[in-house]
Amino acid sequence: MSDVLLSVRKAGKHFMQGNRLHWACRDVSFDLYPGEVLAVVGESGSGKSTLLRLLAARHACDEGSVHYNVRSESGTESAAARTDTHGAGLADLAGLSEARLRWLARTDWGFVEQHARDGLRMNVSGGANIGERMMALGSRHYANLRTQALDWMERVELDTGRIDDLPATYSGGMQQRLQIARNLVTHPRLVFMDEPTTGLDVSVQARLLDLLRELVDQLNLAAVIVTHDLAVARLLAHRMLVMKDGRVVEHGLTDRVLDDPQHAYTQLLVSSVLTP
Amino acid sequence: MDENYNFGFLDERTKKSIRRAMLKAVAIPGYQVPFGSREMPFAYGWGTGGVQVTASIIGRTDVLKVIDQGADDTTNAVNIRRFFARTTGVETTEKTADASIIQTRHRIPERPLTEAQIIVYQVPMPEPLFRLEPRRRETITMHALAEYGLMNVKLYEDIAQLGAISKTYDYPVLVNERYLTSPSPIPKFDNPKMHMNPALQLFGAGREKRIYAIPPYTCVRSLDFEDHPFEVQQWEHACALCDATQSFLDEMIVDDEGSRLFVCSDSDFCGERRTAGHTGEQQAVRLRDALSPDTGRSGATQ
Amino acid sequence: MYVAVKGGTAAIENSWHLLARQRRGDTALPELTVSQIREQMSLAVDRVMSEGSLYDAELAALAIKQSSGDLVEAIFLLRAYRTTLPRFGYSLPIDTAKMQVMRRISATFKDVPGGQILGATYDYTQRLLDFALLADEADGSGAGSARQPDSLSAVAATVSIASHVMPRINELMAKEGLMEMPGPVAVAEPGDLTRQPLMFPADRPLRLQALARGDEGWLLALGYSSQRGYANAHPFAGEIRRGQVSVEIVPDELSFAVDIGEIEVTECQMVNQFAGNLEVAPQFTQGYGLAFGGAERKSMAMALVDRSLRARELGEDVVAPGQDEEFVLSHADSLEASGFVQHLKLPHYVDFQSELELVRKLRAAHAKQRQISKDGAVAAGLATASSGRKAA
Repeated sequence: MSDVLLSVRKAGKHFMQGNRLHWACRDVSFDLYPGEVLAVVGESGSGKSTLLRLLAARHACDEGSVHYNVRSESGTESAAARTDTHGAGLADLAGLSEARLRWLARTDWGFVEQHARDGLRMNVSGGANIGERMMALGSRHYANLRTQALDWMERVELDTGRIDDLPATYSGGMQQRLQIARNLVTHPRLVFMDEPTTGLDVSVQARLLDLLRELVDQLNLAAVIVTHDLAVARLLAHRMLVMKDGRVVEHGLTDRVLDDPQHAYTQLLVSSVLTP
Repeated sequence: MDENYNFGFLDERTKKSIRRAMLKAVAIPGYQVPFGSREMPFAYGWGTGGVQVTASIIGRTDVLKVIDQGADDTTNAVNIRRFFARTTGVETTEKTADASIIQTRHRIPERPLTEAQIIVYQVPMPEPLFRLEPRRRETITMHALAEYGLMNVKLYEDIAQLGAISKTYDYPVLVNERYLTSPSPIPKFDNPKMHMNPALQLFGAGREKRIYAIPPYTCVRSLDFEDHPFEVQQWEHACALCDATQSFLDEMIVDDEGSRLFVCSDSDFCGERRTAGHTGEQQAVRLRDALSPDTGRSGATQ
Repeated sequence: MYVAVKGGTAAIENSWHLLARQRRGDTALPELTVSQIREQMSLAVDRVMSEGSLYDAELAALAIKQSSGDLVEAIFLLRAYRTTLPRFGYSLPIDTAKMQVMRRISATFKDVPGGQILGATYDYTQRLLDFALLADEADGSGAGSARQPDSLSAVAATVSIASHVMPRINELMAKEGLMEMPGPVAVAEPGDLTRQPLMFPADRPLRLQALARGDEGWLLALGYSSQRGYANAHPFAGEIRRGQVSVEIVPDELSFAVDIGEIEVTECQMVNQFAGNLEVAPQFTQGYGLAFGGAERKSMAMALVDRSLRARELGEDVVAPGQDEEFVLSHADSLEASGFVQHLKLPHYVDFQSELELVRKLRAAHAKQRQISKDGAVAAGLATASSGRKAA
């Protein structure tokens, strides 16, 4: 599988601030391959979250483009979703219909939000959360859905006895695990993660990172992970981008960037990490 | 007929525009077509949609039946029937068999309909997803993309928390394997009658300004799970008047002690059975609460 | 033995008789005339005309009489009547700059060309019940009605000012570039809310139509909320004017406009916080309200809500219910609201029957479950006694 999965060329997005134009991110280019994990690292305001949203088609690019290697066939997508891509190959997200983008978001992509509340349905049980994508794809056997939900809960190390509990009764770490399970049921090839461990206790973070590493490995997931925490990048990512003020200032293999930073800003970042 | 008003109250242009909406609705079974609903001499919420649909299709040779809760003589049915008598002069009837147009609120007649009949449903909330997503913009997108996961999640959750799906009326159906539709607040008992019905089924929502339709012989499937199949209500009692065991029964409280009488909701159906010689037990029954100390059904008391 | 209750028809007819009696009240008292209502309850008539979407004071007064003073019911009557009227065209836009002004105030400037005219208003009355108005009743004859209150004779019957000295304040500010001047909408004709259903997103012409016929109470509450921090637009009353305007149409057979009559309207222009972007420098933005007759409160509330609903097109964040177009406009029509709320009085026993069956079923299941746990606990108790381990 040497086909590029995600291809980004000079992507940029601007916003109006007062009456000034402000480029949240600009001139970002990279290729991502199946099974590859890319970390996007920077401080708040660096543009990393905006970039993530561009990649996941939640914003449209104001400059440049994002291409994704759409699977050419699937029996379960609706007729509405099928019409606009002409077979396999890289498709410009800007040219895909909303139906197609929503279908992608529900099947071939995952998006793990920083705050679990944004990525879960808080008013239905854990089991319903995990089963939703399967139901949306036509799965209609209650016991099977339940078995699958239990299965995934085990895989993300959640207590299966909590399957009928509402997510509001879960701890923060558990909610993140639930979010992960909810996204992975359809075996997506690409997962976007926005600060997946931020806000959790340090020990909880560590266990969650271990889980993510295992899952990425087992399922051959490609992922783009936005984080300000270099340790997360070190643990999970093959390659990383360092962003500052909306631009990529450095990129490369994670170990190389962290052990031998070239750009002044990267050096600053690396040196300011507290080491135990 | 009152000569001060046009035949059927609405002017011909309005009827034409409503019929155009109906044609679209018939062409796309289960899809909600917006239409320019007019203010009628009835309050919104009291059947204006059904009345506008009926007014747009009714002709001088039609025979009209109007029911509410299955009966012809409930006040609202009486009011609507009189309105049409006054504005069209067409023949009205209480017999399902004799009607060419049946306007109904909350029930489908027990007697099977024919290809020569049209049934017009009064619909308060045409959007089956409204309790889950009140915003119309969102639901329009969901219907366009057939994104009905939200409804399935709700049904799953009901079973997980309650052990059963909690919808007992206005039970969502999938029409022609494509559009999720509200059957109007008929009891789920009536849902199976919608499937492959020889009659044309039209739905009018005046306040929400939408019309939809199920053409004759269309597939209509109530949502369920393969291992939790859709099932209809059952009664332990038969109709006290005509002894019917397969019709929807109204429950009436008849004394201070809570004795109940069960009688067919469909007054014409019950009347026909009695004419044909069937009689029921004519007795009230006492029901026991499952959680009270002396749990268990008691038989008929009198 | 049970006999099915019949007699719906008779019940309905009897209810009409009772209603007629209730409406008439004590027959020893003279019956209210429609003209009396039209003349002496003019503000009620104005509201019914505005929300009934029909300018006819006499019909509105009749509706009020027929509905025993229930204005929402009267509005319903007028709207239902409107449905039966043939539509033969659209008028030209009324020109409020040419209004024969009876009242005109501005809160944004101390003095303005044409002056501030207080006119007839409750604003500066003291809200004390005037028992002198009650005194006329004492003899039961209504004889006082022929006599004008003393105060009136001191004031001229109408105040008419030449319109050319009373330009709209918004236009004056627009000349200086301070006020946005809404340009013509790209689409040639505005949609017609009486002919097509409201779909979202709705453009401003349709929103204004919905607000114009919307329930005054609803708009008042939402306008109030916008002043209390639920999405501030910092409003100032730029101008409120009330008076007569001409209605003109261009008939197909002629190529010029023909004046078909005059109507009284109240117009409110609210001036709001300035916005601005890369292309357009900061300016004041407008909120607009218009109502038939002297419905000032309605026109002001409408202007506040109009401005709130412009959030999207002015690039503001939608944070408050009053800015949520679908929420505000879906619930603004009193006919729809009243009809649906009151429809709960209709029989719903068939659906309730279905709910009864479900609740009974669930209670039975609950009872069974309790029994199982009780048995389980007993059995576990026995097990505990022997093994010493806590049961799951």
